[in-house]
Amino acid sequence: MQLARVIGDVVVTRKDENLTGLKLLVVQPLTPERQPAGRPLVAVDSVGAGVGEEVFFVRGKEASFPFYPAEPPVDAGIVGIVDHWDLEGE
Amino acid sequence: MLLAKIVGTVVATRKDPRLVSTKLMVVRGIDPRGKVEGNYLVAVDTVDAGVGETVLVVSGSSARMASGMKDCPVDAAIVGIIDDIEMNE
Repeated sequence: MQLARVIGDVVVTRKDENLTGLKLLVVQPLTPERQPAGRPLVAVDSVGAGVGEEVFFVRGKEASFPFYPAEPPVDAGIVGIVDHWDLEGE
Repeated sequence: MLLAKIVGTVVATRKDPRLVSTKLMVVRGIDPRGKVEGNYLVAVDTVDAGVGETVLVVSGSSARMASGMKDCPVDAAIVGIIDDIEMNE
């Protein structure tokens, strides 16, 4: 999983039928120092996250698991909203 | 998923039998503000998209979960046509 900030949302009318009803958000991966780490990407939301929140997301086919037994074609999914994180020993 | 712009089409006569009658497009990644950047990819189109449109591309094994792609040898599929990206940073 990776830390990220939600920076936008995506409106898609014409889409795969298994994506119907899912919320798609633009996330910017972050380092623990809250610096951008790589390119923004689109992730599906399963926890009710919103723009501006810090979240963690999973990559790969596992992103579809929160919607089991449905199998939406997604490769990145937000699976938690971060309250805070702490780094120790650095 | 990647945000991408369709920049071309691919015609392939000799290919895996499970790819027969699929539509293959050349796409290039964009940033959320629409700037074209990054790598070119060949993606299977499952939503009848066309050249010039901004689309949502799913990659890796998840591409096989796109409509009609079960057990097909693909690792990138176009699964949505993007109307709008609302950014708030």
